[in-house]
Amino acid sequence: MKIHEYQAKELFRAFQVPILQGHVAKTPEEAQAAFDQLGGSLAVIKAQVHAGGRGKGAFIEVPAQRGVQLVRSGKEAAEAAKNMIGNRLVTIQTGPSGSPVHQVFLEQGCQIARELYAAVVLDRAAMKPLLMVSSEGGVDIEKVAEETPEKILREHFDPAHGLMPFQVRKLCKKLNISGPAAKNADIFFRKLCDFFVKLDCSMAEINPLVITKDDKMIALDGKITFDDNALYRHPDIKELRDEAEEEPAELRASNSGLSFVKLEGNIGCLVNGAGLAMATMDIIKYHGGAPANFLDVGGGANTQQVTEAFRIILSDANVEAILVNIFGGIARCTTIAQAIIDASKEVGFKVPLVVRLEGTEVEEGKKMLRESGLAIISADDLTDAAKKVVASVGK
Amino acid sequence: MSILVNKNTRVICQGITGKSGAFHTKGCKEYGTKMVGGVTPGKSGETVEGLPVFDTVEEAVLQTGANATMIFVPPPFTADAILEAVDAGIEVICAITEGVPVLDMVHVYAAVKRSKSVLIGPNCPGVITPGECKIGIMPGYIHQPGKVGIMSRSGTLTYEAVWQTSNLKLGQSSCIGLGGDPIVGTSYIEMFERFEKDPQTEVILMIGEIGGDAEEKAAEYVKAHVTKPVAAFIAGRTAPPGKRMGHAGAIITGGKGTAAEKVKALEAAGIVVAPSPADMGAAVAEALRRKK
Repeated sequence: MKIHEYQAKELFRAFQVPILQGHVAKTPEEAQAAFDQLGGSLAVIKAQVHAGGRGKGAFIEVPAQRGVQLVRSGKEAAEAAKNMIGNRLVTIQTGPSGSPVHQVFLEQGCQIARELYAAVVLDRAAMKPLLMVSSEGGVDIEKVAEETPEKILREHFDPAHGLMPFQVRKLCKKLNISGPAAKNADIFFRKLCDFFVKLDCSMAEINPLVITKDDKMIALDGKITFDDNALYRHPDIKELRDEAEEEPAELRASNSGLSFVKLEGNIGCLVNGAGLAMATMDIIKYHGGAPANFLDVGGGANTQQVTEAFRIILSDANVEAILVNIFGGIARCTTIAQAIIDASKEVGFKVPLVVRLEGTEVEEGKKMLRESGLAIISADDLTDAAKKVVASVGK
Repeated sequence: MSILVNKNTRVICQGITGKSGAFHTKGCKEYGTKMVGGVTPGKSGETVEGLPVFDTVEEAVLQTGANATMIFVPPPFTADAILEAVDAGIEVICAITEGVPVLDMVHVYAAVKRSKSVLIGPNCPGVITPGECKIGIMPGYIHQPGKVGIMSRSGTLTYEAVWQTSNLKLGQSSCIGLGGDPIVGTSYIEMFERFEKDPQTEVILMIGEIGGDAEEKAAEYVKAHVTKPVAAFIAGRTAPPGKRMGHAGAIITGGKGTAAEKVKALEAAGIVVAPSPADMGAAVAEALRRKK
């Protein structure tokens, strides 16, 4: 689960990760009031979307407006907010249709001496959390990782005792940070790692992380992803979920306990198991087709869930055929067969439906489908199923 | 011979009084697994499927001589259940549970590696030695005793591979579901090591998926240490970057973990890679043929 920058900053404050003063605003009037409240002669206004690349991103409705802007008066703040709120921001991470902006964040300006990059992630290879810091702040970090990987410094830490002071000393030495700034770096990095562990993050990225002219270290941005599996321990964080940021069909699927990812093709897929679901997409492509989605109904799927899965697939106007691929282990073929019959009564299949069943209760399942009188194209194995579904959209 | 489990393995189920625990205890028992008991705190004295229930794993081991466990407890309690099994000296621990917080696994992984226990999972179908011992949720009847050692990060895709190798009359020595989470107890490499030493295993099939670099590391290991023929399949060739494909671990981030990179590394190590998931069995047969 992801959250907005302003939400991340509120959490940073609670964990004493240094940030600047800021206020969230939902209207131009609130933005103006926020500017006045900050009390300075300069502030930064930032559109709140989960996607990165906001500074270079532009609004569909107001192409001249960027996602991040310096403002020097309450009036300027209100104008920028008016261009942002209610409109859609397109960045390199949003795709062409952009993300809707419902609020903006106004933050104090500061005197920047250096811009750095910092992120804490879980390193799967080392099976430990990893703090990465780079002297190249404010830029595309993936580019840095590719072109000059030596500029990214890495320190693994044990979540039981967090990042150790000597690790910060090593980082400061390599980054040429000394004096009061080094002391502030110790506080910053160790609090950030503490935040990552205590809140069960899967990523906490600060880009840019700045050192000010008076040697303070401050998080100017905050992109946080939480481990969905650990949200049960953090009910307050669960509340921060913004459903408007999610793909509607994916949201609907997750509410029904289904795992769904929308893709660009025209062949809908309904599969049990994540690996088999990926492999089903692959084999469709291998035989010249294009999958419209990834959909895993899971092991213990019931009839209601499978019926909802069909509804979600059919709500995509691009779908011209559906491939059902089930290898019953815990999931029984009879459950799937019953769901196909129920779904056809309720939603009706106006597109060809290719079904491949194997595993637990396969004969009973196949018999149910045969006797249902539905126009189902039955397939014997994976290749047969893929060929048949690709052929059915080619007609 | 086989790896990890055989007809003498004595198995308990942690979470045996729950719906899934009871259902799969029955399934494993019917398959012929030596199920000897179960554990649910506070439920000692009860029986499930005719098996005694204990309050602690320690007690269960003492009373039944169990040396393997399958864990079905809910995600918030899984780390505790695994560590309890480690503490009781259980040799093979299969954590079936899906949805364990990843930072829990950071602690658990370190503890398991300091012990003599082997942890399979979490978020996995389990382990099976066909005809001898099934620990987990896989449908038993698709398996056949034989010569292919199979390991995978995915459940149903493993069933697909098992089915194909059974249809080709190759059969399986043992099949291991490693689990789909970012941190799991056992790596491909540790299983390659065991399959290489197992006389029954003549050929090894590795089923990987996008995300991480475990497949690349396994390829390096195979090149240096494995003399038996190896086949592989990588799921997710068509998956877009940045999108998590069901498994917490199956995500391409920062341009790393793509199927293309993995296939390249595998082929460079002399591994036969199936181009389509329908060809996993054929790739195994091809690997066997090439080695002769």
